[in-house]
Amino acid sequence: MEVFLQQLINGLTLGSIYGLIAIGYTMVFGIIGMVNFAHGDVFMVSAFIGLICVLLLTTVIGMSSIFLILAITLVVAMVFTGLVSWAIERVAYRPLRGSFRLAPMISAIGMSILLSNFVQVAQGPRNKPLPPMVPDVFVVMERNGYEVTLAYKQIIIMVVTATLLAGFWWLVQKTSLGRAQRACEQDRKMAALLGVNVDRTISLTFVIGAALAAVAGVMYLMYYGVVNFADGFVPGVKAFTAAVLGGIGSLPGAVLGGLLIGLIETLWSAYFSIEYKDVAAFSILVVTLIFLPQGLLGRPEVEKV
Amino acid sequence: MSTKTIASGAVEAQWLPKGQPLLSVSGVTAYYGKIIALKGVDITVNEGEIVTLIGANGAGKSTLMMTICGSPRARDGRIIFDGHDITGLPTHEIMRLNIAQSPEGRRIFPRMSVYENLQMGAAITGNAHFAEDLERMFEMFPRLKERIDQRGGTLSGGEQQMLSIARALMSRPRLLLLDEPSLGLAPLVVKQIFDAIKLLNETEGLTVFLVEQNAYHALKLAHRGYVMVNGRVTMSGTGAELLARPEVRAAYLEGGR
Repeated sequence: MEVFLQQLINGLTLGSIYGLIAIGYTMVFGIIGMVNFAHGDVFMVSAFIGLICVLLLTTVIGMSSIFLILAITLVVAMVFTGLVSWAIERVAYRPLRGSFRLAPMISAIGMSILLSNFVQVAQGPRNKPLPPMVPDVFVVMERNGYEVTLAYKQIIIMVVTATLLAGFWWLVQKTSLGRAQRACEQDRKMAALLGVNVDRTISLTFVIGAALAAVAGVMYLMYYGVVNFADGFVPGVKAFTAAVLGGIGSLPGAVLGGLLIGLIETLWSAYFSIEYKDVAAFSILVVTLIFLPQGLLGRPEVEKV
Repeated sequence: MSTKTIASGAVEAQWLPKGQPLLSVSGVTAYYGKIIALKGVDITVNEGEIVTLIGANGAGKSTLMMTICGSPRARDGRIIFDGHDITGLPTHEIMRLNIAQSPEGRRIFPRMSVYENLQMGAAITGNAHFAEDLERMFEMFPRLKERIDQRGGTLSGGEQQMLSIARALMSRPRLLLLDEPSLGLAPLVVKQIFDAIKLLNETEGLTVFLVEQNAYHALKLAHRGYVMVNGRVTMSGTGAELLARPEVRAAYLEGGR
């Protein structure tokens, strides 16, 4: 029971991070029907931007308020990561629009390799540590000498994620920008006939997805305290799995899928074997694709013409 | 190009709106890949007119509609709207000059509510007169008011057609392009839609360019008409004149549609 509760807390934390990344996959797939394989590496880049920003704020400026540091880092990471993603779309995907379907995906794999290699060269191949930012924990319950703890950083991760998701939901559902985004997702040609600038909307989709991935990147950095150039791959593929599990194209599905993957991973680690946790997560991808290809909250795929 | 223009009869002439040309299409060709769809089309729509383009399936009517909106682009020729050369502009910029289209197949956003679909129609003008225009649409199509929160994809064909027209009107267009508004609809609904178009034209001077296979209704409604065959305009004249032409009667009226 105690172990279960502890893993539930850990799983939800991890799941929040996956969910934030998964939204980027699902939104881009929804609007242009491509899997943005570079998204995981965009997430990794955002963690590095966050790392540099935290180090600058603490060592150069000498700031000490954790909340201020975190807030500034989040904003900086969101802005810069958004710019990176905007540039990638502009350079690597937009020129290939209207080309055959696989072309932008191949280009995305290229961008993924480019980003991780660039970071490896520019930042070095080793793990980059960050001194623990919020080390305190909060004991939820204790029984038979086993403490169920909730770290403050886990609370921060969940609160930040929930707040941003609420803001994001409002943006998509209630603003004219979100409406234009959904219109492009449902019928790009008609959206253009109503005066929507489709290219700009697609760019914005990439920027929004990257900004959410940047939040995930900063949270990941704070949670684990280290990041390296290869860290985009596994979380990226897991978030993609989350998007598929939730139903690719569905925003609530991405969040639900993220939470589920996070929970499956942590519970599997606790009850079975920690070495096989990635196998467990990816098995879900296979099982979902075979038995539930439209995902939990997705709609059956209708071929667009 | 063999456009046989028929001299306007005296009775018809005074009935015609005497507006300036709002849209002029000259020598336009368009292709779908390598297939030529428009072979040098000339059409003029004057301010305040209802102009119809009739023709058989596959004649290129819808292609012309879409070419005016920049998708596909015209390969040759020029399209002038209100003094602007719009031939090479991207679609969204053309539409922002205040052209609206209710396209072939209606293209309602299926996973948006009726209300959101109408909001999309007002995307260009924003919220300036949204509430007022919404009321106007409800007056014209009371059915839409009943369905306001329903998803677009769940509406019946007639309701979707009404929504498509209402959505186009939400931007207060200077030129309304209507592609086959009667397709697949019950005669009563067709009448309702045509009445609404006529009313808008008479009361607000809305300029309408209407593509139809339902030649009889379209020519009855329109001030002027063009006949398109195989990507070319082959005849033009007032609605009444075209209705009286034996070729038109044989091809589009008596021979079934």
